[in-house]
Amino acid sequence: MTTPVIELSDVSRRYDAGPPALQDASLTVRAGESVAILGPSGSGKSTMLNLIAGLDRPDSGTVTVDGVRVDKLGEAGSARYRRAKIGMVFQFFNLLDDLTVLDNVILPAQLAGMKRREAQRRAEQLLESLGIARHAGAFPGRLSGGQRQRVAVARALMNRPPLLLADEPTGALDSASGEDVAELLRELNAEGQTVVVVTHDLALAQSCTKRTVQLVDGRITADVVAEAAR
Amino acid sequence: MSALGRVVRSGVARRRVPTLVIVLATMMAVTASVLGGALLVASDAPFDKAFARQHGSHLTAQFDADRTTATQLSATADTAGVDTSSGPFPTASVTPRINDATVAPLSVVGRTSPDGSVDRIAVTEGRWANGPGEIVLSADSGLIAPLGLEFRFPALPGSPTLKVVGVARSVSRTADGWVTPSQLAALTPDGKPTGYQMLYRFAQADSAAQVERGRAAVVAAVPDGAMAGAQSWLAIKKVSVRDTSLFVPFLVAFGVLGLVMSVLIVGNVVAGTVGTGLRRIGVLKAVGFTPGQVVRAYMSQALLPAAVGTVLGVVAGHLLAVPVLSETAEAYGTAGLGVDWWVDVAVVAGTLGVVALAACVSAWRAGRLRTVDALAVGRTPAPGRGRRAARLAGRLPLPRPVSLGLARPFARPGRTASVVAAVVFGAAAVTFATGLAASLSEVVTARDHNAADVTIGVSGPQAGPGGPGPGRQSTTADPAAVTAAIEDQPGTGRHYSTADAQATVSGVTGSTNVVAFTGDASWGGYSMVSGRWIEKAGEAVVPTPFLTATDSDVGDRVTLHVDGRPVTVRIVGEVLDTRNGGMQVFTDAATLRTAAPDLAASSRYIDVASGTSVQDYVRSLNAALEPLGAVSTSEKSQSDSDTVVILNSLTALLTLMLVAVAGLGVLNGVVLDTHERIRDLGVSKALGMTPRQTIAMVVTSVVLSGLAGGLLGVPIGVALHDAVLPAMGRSAGLNLPDSVIAVYQAPELALLAAGGVVIAVLGSLLPAGWAARTRTATALRAE
Ligand SMILES: Nc1ncnc2c1ncn2[C@@H]1O[C@H](COP(=O)(O)OP(=O)(O)O)[C@@H](O)[C@H]1O
Ligand SMILES: [Mg+2]
Repeated sequence: MTTPVIELSDVSRRYDAGPPALQDASLTVRAGESVAILGPSGSGKSTMLNLIAGLDRPDSGTVTVDGVRVDKLGEAGSARYRRAKIGMVFQFFNLLDDLTVLDNVILPAQLAGMKRREAQRRAEQLLESLGIARHAGAFPGRLSGGQRQRVAVARALMNRPPLLLADEPTGALDSASGEDVAELLRELNAEGQTVVVVTHDLALAQSCTKRTVQLVDGRITADVVAEAAR
Repeated sequence: MSALGRVVRSGVARRRVPTLVIVLATMMAVTASVLGGALLVASDAPFDKAFARQHGSHLTAQFDADRTTATQLSATADTAGVDTSSGPFPTASVTPRINDATVAPLSVVGRTSPDGSVDRIAVTEGRWANGPGEIVLSADSGLIAPLGLEFRFPALPGSPTLKVVGVARSVSRTADGWVTPSQLAALTPDGKPTGYQMLYRFAQADSAAQVERGRAAVVAAVPDGAMAGAQSWLAIKKVSVRDTSLFVPFLVAFGVLGLVMSVLIVGNVVAGTVGTGLRRIGVLKAVGFTPGQVVRAYMSQALLPAAVGTVLGVVAGHLLAVPVLSETAEAYGTAGLGVDWWVDVAVVAGTLGVVALAACVSAWRAGRLRTVDALAVGRTPAPGRGRRAARLAGRLPLPRPVSLGLARPFARPGRTASVVAAVVFGAAAVTFATGLAASLSEVVTARDHNAADVTIGVSGPQAGPGGPGPGRQSTTADPAAVTAAIEDQPGTGRHYSTADAQATVSGVTGSTNVVAFTGDASWGGYSMVSGRWIEKAGEAVVPTPFLTATDSDVGDRVTLHVDGRPVTVRIVGEVLDTRNGGMQVFTDAATLRTAAPDLAASSRYIDVASGTSVQDYVRSLNAALEPLGAVSTSEKSQSDSDTVVILNSLTALLTLMLVAVAGLGVLNGVVLDTHERIRDLGVSKALGMTPRQTIAMVVTSVVLSGLAGGLLGVPIGVALHDAVLPAMGRSAGLNLPDSVIAVYQAPELALLAAGGVVIAVLGSLLPAGWAARTRTATALRAE
């Protein structure tokens, strides 16, 4: 059995006076797995993802990723942690509009201190393999939604993170582009990338991952491993 | 609460930083304006008020007792144009000895009472002189004598003595001291007054011509040559206002700068608020707000905090004005100066008017925007601008956060312009202020003439040439022996000595101080305005006020009366010197040889040869001087004029406020910018940008603007300085030499330009910290 990449134990998070967005959630994800976190809107999926990414801190419980106690990191520490361990893909792409595709992709490497030339070589390979190399010099505003999400994936993979997190990666895409991105995630997982995808779309969950974790009102209600993966 | 009220309230509460910036900016602008305004008023009004209260003398005329009589003079009260008059009062010029030291001659007037129809003298200390043996000293006499001090007159028959029983102030400056008329007669060698004084108030005396007409009428009413001199109240007013008039152009410049700044900042803030609030405006209009209501809502959003800032500013201005005005009151000998209510009203109305206007203009533009456009604009800031700059910056061999920051200003040219403008004003203010301080110190240096390494017989700035007084340290040592000691001393470089004499100049009231030099004093720190330094006997150099008073120019000849003997000198240069009201004549000792053969050097100025230790030199020179009863020192006299101190602290205060306001302008710009880019910041942080990198990015985003602002602001500050300084000199009756005006050096200017970057960086630090601290998850949730 492979080592756990993510270990959540009894994690709770509650915003202000509202009901808990996440309650006593425990979850273990091992290297090479692909997991979908499935639930209706407002069920706490993004909250869980943010906790894993170190973008937010739990009120109680512990979050360990690749041996790092994420819940204990300070601001600078969690930024360095994300550089090294996490690639993130968002629903609305979140590309920087005034940087070219190439500059967007190499940004995480540059923030980590890599020289532009070196970073550029890797970014070109990535763009090539994702089929968007010819758009390297374009600005994100010129690209279609599907192409933009591919750029976002390339950027997420730039630093070779052990863990790829995607929050509703197909939510802003038409179904053809959505299927395209799901296919991409599947391929990445097949090459060994650990992937966690957040979605409210059961079809997407089933098409691109082997395990589905169900969230309802901040609680994990089911954790199902697809037959094929057994 | 009405819908409009609700919108305003939530608008003020939601945009906390712009609201706070409006409060602070208006507060500082109002503080500066109240202070400046109060000083402006205080600098001019005290004389007029005090003069009116004392029924001041429009013309103080001095008559020769040998050529006219008291009866004839009494009749001049009926001269055409004379409204009221006082006198005749007997007068005499006396030279008392105080503690065995002789002081400068005093003009004493015999008066039974400080009251009268003209020149109602205010007794500020002690009481009026009621009997023989008593004198009341004028607070403006230059003598600082405690009550009870004795003046002795051993040379006069009966060796009379006078005890100081009071100090009084005549705004018209009619005498140095007052005694009873019978006592006055006892102060002259032959027991008779040498002159009479008449004080006139004319029906019309607002202009020099009117006063002159009155004087001519009086002259015509008395025997030929009876009037020995006359002093117009306009001349007194000029002298009296001279000290504070140095303030006026400074304060006007600062006041204008402060006002323009507050217009700029408030305009900026309001425009920025409206700019980022366009979507909100779109929503308001979509739900049915009329353009007029939108304008009103946004005007109130600016006016509410501005009103709070104004109230705070008025309070702060009054608090600061108290110490400053009390110094001013001291200088005028008046009390109870406060900030006039109309200054407050003008400043408050002006500030709020400016805020309302700025808010109105930008809100009106916003109110006119089509709803659809406003909704569309609000969603994403127009992209596309500054991409070339971003691409270029990306190629630079700099850490990525820095190059991202550097490219930022090009994306929002409008906002960048407002940040640059804020820095321009800050840099201009600092440049202006440092120049002012430098000029002031040059004036003080020029006035102290303390270029010499070592001095003998110079005890302080008041006792230097032109400052005779009882505190004067007189050297009893044999002058020739001292000179020999100096010349024999190894290490002596250049040296010269000065001797002081009193002189009168025909047509000029009061005494003129003559400083007679032995040796070349051209290196002594005398700043020439025009012409050259004296080179031989018969030549003289004089300050601007002397030229004005005698209506002469460089190249003219004037006749001085020293001990009653005429000495004619040719003026070869104009020098900067403010002592004795600028009534000084610098000449070679040889010029006075016949008029004042006994004149002995009292002060000596020595430059040690290069390579000689000043301390060692003083020690060994003092060993040689000791048997002669003289002592040398290397301590420099320093002027501690109240005016200079007040001016320097005011300058520092106003500069600090202007820099703070400039910093606020930058802060506001950066806050709006980071607010707008909150999502991008969140993304960058999600990709691994550390807080430190975030701060670096935000701070570098203003570096170029700061540099541009510094480069533009410094020349503006220099130009302002070069325009204000000569104006300031003129209003004080002085022409300023180049050394005072050309105070900026290239390295200083470079530093000042770099100061623009400092202002920008300081202004951006706070919002940069906020940006680094915003929760990434929250930032990403923002649309
Ligand atoms: N920053 C926040 N402040 C306050 N409430 C939040 C915040 N983020 C999420 N929530 C609330 O927490 C609950 C879970 O949100 P989220 O994790 O975003 O749900 P999901 O991603 O499943 O739609 C929701 O009720 C949401 O309103
Ligand atoms: Mg979500």
